[in-house]
Amino acid sequence: MVNPIKSYRNTFIILVAALLLIFIMNISLGSVYIPLKQLFLAFMDGDVEKESWKSIAINYRLPKAITAIIVGSGLSISGLLMQTLFRNPLAGPYVLGISSGASLGVAILILGASFFGGTIAGFAFSSWGHAIAASIGAFLVLSAVMMAAIKVRNTMSILIIGLMFGSLTASVISVLAYFSSANQLQQYLFWSFGSLGNLSWNEILTLLIIFLIGITFVIFIIKPLNSLLLGENYAKSMGVNVKRTRNITLISTSILTGAITAFSGPIAFIGLAVPHLTKLLFSTSNHKILVPAVAISGAIIMLICDSIAQLPTSEYTLPINAITSLFGAPIIIWLLVRKRKITY
Amino acid sequence: MDLKNQHIIKTTNLSIGYTSKKNVNTIASGLNIELGKGKLVCLLGKNGIGKSTLLRTLTKVQPALSGEIFINNNNLKTLNSVDLAKSLSLVLTEHLPESNLSVYELVALGRQPYTNWVGNLSETDLKFIDSALEQTNTKHLINSKYYELSDGQLQKVLIARALAQNTDIIILDEPTAHLDIHHTIETLALLKKLAATCNKTIIVSTHEINLALQLADILWLMTPSNFMADTTENLIENDSLDQLFESDLISFNKTLKQFTLSNSY
Repeated sequence: MVNPIKSYRNTFIILVAALLLIFIMNISLGSVYIPLKQLFLAFMDGDVEKESWKSIAINYRLPKAITAIIVGSGLSISGLLMQTLFRNPLAGPYVLGISSGASLGVAILILGASFFGGTIAGFAFSSWGHAIAASIGAFLVLSAVMMAAIKVRNTMSILIIGLMFGSLTASVISVLAYFSSANQLQQYLFWSFGSLGNLSWNEILTLLIIFLIGITFVIFIIKPLNSLLLGENYAKSMGVNVKRTRNITLISTSILTGAITAFSGPIAFIGLAVPHLTKLLFSTSNHKILVPAVAISGAIIMLICDSIAQLPTSEYTLPINAITSLFGAPIIIWLLVRKRKITY
Repeated sequence: MDLKNQHIIKTTNLSIGYTSKKNVNTIASGLNIELGKGKLVCLLGKNGIGKSTLLRTLTKVQPALSGEIFINNNNLKTLNSVDLAKSLSLVLTEHLPESNLSVYELVALGRQPYTNWVGNLSETDLKFIDSALEQTNTKHLINSKYYELSDGQLQKVLIARALAQNTDIIILDEPTAHLDIHHTIETLALLKKLAATCNKTIIVSTHEINLALQLADILWLMTPSNFMADTTENLIENDSLDQLFESDLISFNKTLKQFTLSNSY
């Protein structure tokens, strides 16, 4: 018997091809343009026309492009999970204050470092320290929003509660900032602008490991997430352990958003906009298709945003957050206006 | 084993209701239900009498205050959720959350208790889905999105999902609430057919009393003072139906076998 559920194989092939193409384009574009042929030579360890090209491509742009892929995929998957869990099309790590929670974790580490002893301060500046603090911050805010969401079912209320948690963490951060040194403040500010570069290979490896752990959790909840599409009562009647599914979703989104925010700063709108864009391409709610589709689309869009932020051939670089907001906010407005209602 | 005497649902001294902090609000107590296979049961009672509470208790959505419930001779308390999902499926009144699910995907979700950890559909799963679509006459809808359906079509699709779950018992909470008279009859007749041909035990709570009197094998009547479960004929014979509404406006007409407006309205 033929299974009539669409597998979208062709769309996936096109998406993966697009990802490869844009990945190469991202590495070749920047303040210095590296011709494709030279780029291949650089990676094949061949003779490149200019030695600087090889160094730029391998030491700077390749790690940045890999970071972009992890950040884009991870945030988009987080957004998708939150939209299903909160049954709210406008949920996302940034909107619900999860990124702010992660920021608070990092802020306490950086700005509060003087309060801690020497050993903790040493840990505070390690990449694992940032990642763990951010994940804990993300988890705390997410749990708080989730608890509120169980009490109030109203879509709008949940969004407003998320916004309030965002302001709450922002005010705690400003109090911390008030009492910290100029040096610490500068360090925190640079982090909070968001950046995909500046990661060492070691840090990328750390990020990748945490990302893979998060994704592993997600793979195990694909099936129960699909039954949650019919609502909690139906899901329970089909044997789904709703509480466990909710907890795993909370943990995996916290890990993904937390770790990514720790390394790249709070990045806006990717988590919210990418799932919706993906659903224009894949007209399905099936998480078995949506999770990989959202991961690939998120990577593509993050690479494009990064390429734009580099302002090819100019010497300037824009903050990545400006580009993602510039891209994400209009998309959400357009979706709301065009369809009047958006599904998740 | 003598299948005729096997009870698919059995309760002993069941009390249902709600507990909040210190108060216990008992809605009905001393329920001793024995129900066999292949029966269409209509649960009747006026608004707020506790029909939903009874169904929620039987389906383990809320705990019983006291007493025991046995599904297929297994105590409901010790039955794990996947095994319960293999014996009992639901059709609820609540609105489905917005999503892009197609009719086929929605019906296929009924196979969740049987599929592997990622939810891949096996050949057996496909067969059950196909037969569920066939029996509910919804095959032509499989590529539509569920939100494009009319209320009548959606109800049939939700029944198809429950059928795909391949359970001995299907419980429906007011499946005809949003339907016109044509679709109400169509839905109840479909349930009657499924009970008879597929040997399913189907429990329906409904306000379509006159239709229930004609179609149901067994009626469950909930009144403020007691709970009665018997065949329609017996309940008509012993004048039980008159207790359903304590009202001067409506009364049961034994010769017509219908509720009619009283002369005094």
